[in-house]
Amino acid sequence: MLRFALRRLALLVPVLFGLSVLLFVWIRVLPGDPARSLLGERATPAGIKQIRELYGFDKPLLEQYWAYLGQLVRLDFGSSIRDGRPVTETFFEQFPATVELALFAILFAVVLGIPLGYAAARRRGEAVDGVVITGSLLGVVVPVFFLAILLKLVFAIQLDWFPTSSRQDPRIDATHITNFYVLDGLLTREFDASWDALVHLVLPAVALGTIPLAIIVRITRASVSEVLNEDYVRTADAKGLHPPVVRRRHVLRNAMLPVLTTIGLQVGLLLSGAVLTETVFSFNGIGSYLFDAISQRDYPVLQGYILFIALIYSLVNLAVDLGYGLFDPRVRVS
Amino acid sequence: MTRPVGVRSEPLLEVEDLAVVFHGSRGDVEAVSEVSFSVRPGEHVALVGESGSGKSVTALAVMGLLPLRSTTVRGSIRYDGDELLDLDARSRRDLRGAEMAMIFQDPMTSLNPVVPIGVQIGEVLQRHKGLRKTEAREVSGDLLGRVGISDGKRRLKEYPHQLSGGMRQRVLIAIALACEPRLLIADEPTTALDVTIQAQILELLRELVSGTGTALVMITHDLGVVAGLCDEVHVMYSGRVVESAPRRSLFGEPRHPYTGGLLGSIPRLDSARGEPLTPIPGSPNDALPWTHSCAFAPRCGNRVDKCTVQTPALRGSEHVSRPGDEQALRCFNPLDTREAS
Repeated sequence: MLRFALRRLALLVPVLFGLSVLLFVWIRVLPGDPARSLLGERATPAGIKQIRELYGFDKPLLEQYWAYLGQLVRLDFGSSIRDGRPVTETFFEQFPATVELALFAILFAVVLGIPLGYAAARRRGEAVDGVVITGSLLGVVVPVFFLAILLKLVFAIQLDWFPTSSRQDPRIDATHITNFYVLDGLLTREFDASWDALVHLVLPAVALGTIPLAIIVRITRASVSEVLNEDYVRTADAKGLHPPVVRRRHVLRNAMLPVLTTIGLQVGLLLSGAVLTETVFSFNGIGSYLFDAISQRDYPVLQGYILFIALIYSLVNLAVDLGYGLFDPRVRVS
Repeated sequence: MTRPVGVRSEPLLEVEDLAVVFHGSRGDVEAVSEVSFSVRPGEHVALVGESGSGKSVTALAVMGLLPLRSTTVRGSIRYDGDELLDLDARSRRDLRGAEMAMIFQDPMTSLNPVVPIGVQIGEVLQRHKGLRKTEAREVSGDLLGRVGISDGKRRLKEYPHQLSGGMRQRVLIAIALACEPRLLIADEPTTALDVTIQAQILELLRELVSGTGTALVMITHDLGVVAGLCDEVHVMYSGRVVESAPRRSLFGEPRHPYTGGLLGSIPRLDSARGEPLTPIPGSPNDALPWTHSCAFAPRCGNRVDKCTVQTPALRGSEHVSRPGDEQALRCFNPLDTREAS
């Protein structure tokens, strides 16, 4: 198991290297020029030339890449062209917000999705099934930004149950250690800060979690339906076991394998930025920063952020693969 | 094959006029009807027939394992005097695994692939005997020994995929016998196994049930299995019993043409070399509806005109059979003409 994990981690090196090459070329073949977008409308040829020289964009691509690789090896991801802040600094400031949001979104999706999917499978073809399936279809087709704005209008503005935006009430003087606000509150025993951060998470997490919820419902329903027809479930029934034992030990343990894969993929997707949700709720994650970096051709930020996201995506996938072994002894890696 | 059979004792299981209807999207299908038989403690009864004859459905109805939503079970299933069809789901669960147990056809798919076999045996002990986890593990290890798996204690941690088909069937037998049920239903327990393993598993089953007073219902299409193990045989065709007889008279003097056909299609070591087997022509799909004909008529060599226009009743030698009557026949023109109706 340890060897498997280490081998997979070692494999990450060539993967990330390849990605850095691709990214480097891809970003530079995009139309647009960082110097021009930085200087705006009043850019003079001299000013543009100056910026290009400053960041080395005038040098041949290979030379530029070689220099960038030299930085990477020293874990130096450079600084933003727009605000001059080091990429690592802004990333680790913003990323916890995105992680927090993604985790709560997926938590919402899992906690609701698995029971709903199970119930639909159990009562296949009945009214419950119809409602769940229709609901999950709606969940997939409703655009996230629309849902986010709708939730905000109804639950934050009309009903005033939840805050409209940001991660925490600025009036709370919270201490931040990890930048995971909920966790920070627990660590510093400022429980009101934790609670406030949690309340701020509800609407964005629901908005962001709706599509994963719909997907998890459908996968669970399909998977449970299949497992319910398996001979070993009949064997379990023939033992006269109580229904909760049959459900947990014999149905869900088998049905969870495809669901687990889906959850892993969804977490990966959510981490790579929830631009729309973050924008609607002014949630300071990587999403909007990355979005601006794209529109302004902020090369160092784009390269650095995407590499980080790829790394984290790979780590989540590795965790899912290892998690598979917990559920299924047949794929347990030795 | 002498064993203290309590011939005069009260039946443990009495199935009377059982009918099972599946409600499908294309209408209702009557999978089983007019099925009656009884099993006394210690008695070994066989339900014999091709696939689709309704023998497994009958077994699942007795166990209460048919899906409630899509099936209707009519008639009567009495266990130890109690009408099972009147019991609620909870009471039937209390019986399953404890009083009555079942061994299934395919050991490759009948064990949960992601749960250690020790847990799969132990859970039935915990459920019905109220054993704690450690006690259940102890007993499970002993049970594995009894079904011929050496070093049972150590193997409790193994998963089904680490065991061969024969081993898995032994595990399923251990699960079925864990709570010493009074009624054991074995549904084609050897069909999915290699021929050499089949004999071992049958021998094991015989060993485990003989002398314990366990009533055995053996479901099979293989009359060879019946010959070695069962006292009483009910031959089913297309959802109904067509012939019931003690093993000896069934093998010696089959009356129903279908029974005769089944016996004729068994390969024999003492037949002349090159002599072809005599299969029953056609397939079970050719069955006619029982409502106004004999379902077997299209495949029957003894067919008379009546067979395709009238339903033959199940009759004892003199009269319409009572449930569990020892000898009964559903045929207008049986093989032995002495008693032709």
